Amino acid sequence: MNGGQEFNVTPGRVLQLAAGLAADGLAEALEPSPGLVARLSLQPGNWGRVAELAAQQGLRWSAVWGDHCPPQISIRAVLFGSDGHLLLETAVDEQRPELTSQSPFYPAAERPERTLHDMFGVQFSGHPDDRRWLRHQAWDENDFPLRRDFPRNGKRSTATTGDSSYPFPAVAGEGVYEIPVGPVHAGIIEPGHFRFQAVGETILRMEEHLGYVHKGIEKIAEGRDLAGLTRLAGRVSGDSSVAHSWAACQAAERALQVEPSSRALALRAILAERERIANHLGDMGAICNDVGFAFAQVQMSRLRELWQRQNLELFGHRLLMDRVVPGGVCCDLTPQQISTLQRAGDCLHRDIEELLPLLLEYPSLQDRLRTTGVLSPEDARRFGVTGYIGRASNLQDDLRRDAPYAPYDRLQVRVPAYLEGDVAKRLRVRGEEVLVSLELQQQLLHELPPGALRVACPPPGREVEGIGLIEGWRGEMLAYLRLDAESRVLRYFPRDPSWLSWPVLEVLLKNVIVPDFPVCNKSVNGSYSGHDL
Amino acid sequence: MFRIFNRIRRTGQLTEPLPAAEQPAAEPGARCQQEIARKFSHSLAIRMVDAGSCNGCELEMHAVNNSFYDIERFGIHFVASPRHADLLLVTGVVSRHMEEALQRTYAAIPNPKLVIAMGDCAGCGGEFGVSYASCGAVANVIPVDAVISGCPPTPEQLLRGILELLQRS
Ligand code: SF4
Repeated sequence: MNGGQEFNVTPGRVLQLAAGLAADGLAEALEPSPGLVARLSLQPGNWGRVAELAAQQGLRWSAVWGDHCPPQISIRAVLFGSDGHLLLETAVDEQRPELTSQSPFYPAAERPERTLHDMFGVQFSGHPDDRRWLRHQAWDENDFPLRRDFPRNGKRSTATTGDSSYPFPAVAGEGVYEIPVGPVHAGIIEPGHFRFQAVGETILRMEEHLGYVHKGIEKIAEGRDLAGLTRLAGRVSGDSSVAHSWAACQAAERALQVEPSSRALALRAILAERERIANHLGDMGAICNDVGFAFAQVQMSRLRELWQRQNLELFGHRLLMDRVVPGGVCCDLTPQQISTLQRAGDCLHRDIEELLPLLLEYPSLQDRLRTTGVLSPEDARRFGVTGYIGRASNLQDDLRRDAPYAPYDRLQVRVPAYLEGDVAKRLRVRGEEVLVSLELQQQLLHELPPGALRVACPPPGREVEGIGLIEGWRGEMLAYLRLDAESRVLRYFPRDPSWLSWPVLEVLLKNVIVPDFPVCNKSVNGSYSGHDL
Repeated sequence: MFRIFNRIRRTGQLTEPLPAAEQPAAEPGARCQQEIARKFSHSLAIRMVDAGSCNGCELEMHAVNNSFYDIERFGIHFVASPRHADLLLVTGVVSRHMEEALQRTYAAIPNPKLVIAMGDCAGCGGEFGVSYASCGAVANVIPVDAVISGCPPTPEQLLRGILELLQRS
């Protein structure tokens, strides 16, 4: 599978960085929360400097979020190294919320930092782009929806106008023209705006403008109980319902120091692998269809439909929504159902083993997919993109293997990876991941341990917090949760892997022809909803 | 090439008859086709707009196009432009950021037009409801002719919902 190539995982080590920072007086070590290797408290002035050192040592940037605890706004960021995750913490005054930016060292931080400004009013010095990001015209420039004093229903009752004034950079030059696309696209797809600058057929530059499906998920999570939060988490991005609800529940369980049974965890993993398989099947067909190869679309959508019907029959929901619940799961398998699933798994394995070579060897299909939409390994590293996009460009990170959580800590997860970084390799990685997931599912079914489906999550009696980290089908998924004494949500922050993948779509479209945009976009397949929140 | 043909031959035809209707009525697909023949010259064009969904509803909308359901056989097809559409199928709550885009899409559809709100979000606000960022149900923004509930509605429920509206209107 790896063709004798040497493969990358994120090289930096969290503990090494943490020790160095503590020795230099740049950070103070705190007791790490469960699931993390280290936790550091920083002065706001050192926020950017620490990112610079982390980038030099080769850590991958993962997420940043805020939490308004008057009179302060606390800011947290997570980085990833080969030994696990690092949490950075700082706090700024709500009256003068200023922080040094991490974006100059980590381009992936650029949009999340702009979002922190839109939602909390945090100013980042040294940030390369001072434009708004998630804010369109639904609230004023000087209002910050995630501040505690901002009303849940907003301050406006009038209709909201479209965001036609977003400042795209102008282009000049002979023969350069612009194509604005969206928010409503031609097909059955979520809304977003793409601005192409092209010469002839060739894309010089594409810029995304997202945020159209921002529906206030973080704000409406506040005050929910754990069951309500988990339902909401399962709808952050409908195609990643299992992964988001697992991440949220893992965060809650870590905060409450509750451990689901090994049976419940194995069932969660079965659900998560089934979600990965369904999405990979659907997208593999759609990628091929975007270059006119309808055969693959028919075959893959057939397999996906059969898979989803089995989800409904055995788990009770075609997209597996609301199966993961706080403390465990709400569905079980009888021995008979287990053998039904095993047979269907074997059957799909045979189908994919037959179909994958057809796609990978069919000359007129590969002719369209090879060398199309290339993301170089250097750019993949620079942007810290995870999931199949990273793996097709030689960045392998997979939490199931590299920062394993139960039940993956007792399983061997094979991670396919390639160097070319084109659409063909992203397609191939996804096909091979289907096979890996099927093998994992069979193994989990074979050794399904006994145990309660669900354990109680009693209220903590004091304020607690936790972080969940799950390998979703798109890549690394994070959830932060702070709960009050009664287990009601004070702050929920989900970071969909799409935050890391949308920026690289702009990068890999350079010099691609306009008609290849759909296939490139599909091969990346960022979630609009998961990103816009 | 032969392997592909061989695979196609072995896969055979997948398209199924619709499941039997709850009401003692004729097979709903056929009835739908009759309605479309009578009211829409054999062809019903749908424009979909995601006004703020979680993308779950879109997945099931894709599914009605797969070979099992094959919605096109009843004369129903999805079109790229609202100007070609008879019916607007909306998913999700209407995010405030999509409010104007939805209204403009609605306005661009020639009269007479039908609107279906697909899924609990579009129908009643679902899990997201009204907030600083969301107008809630589609009916809060444009007139709605029918609601298909479910989170998300299954392909079968989606088909049946379209059929019911056609029979009514
Ligand atoms: S109804 Fe359910 S599946 Fe459809 S958009 Fe709303 S939350 Fe998602």
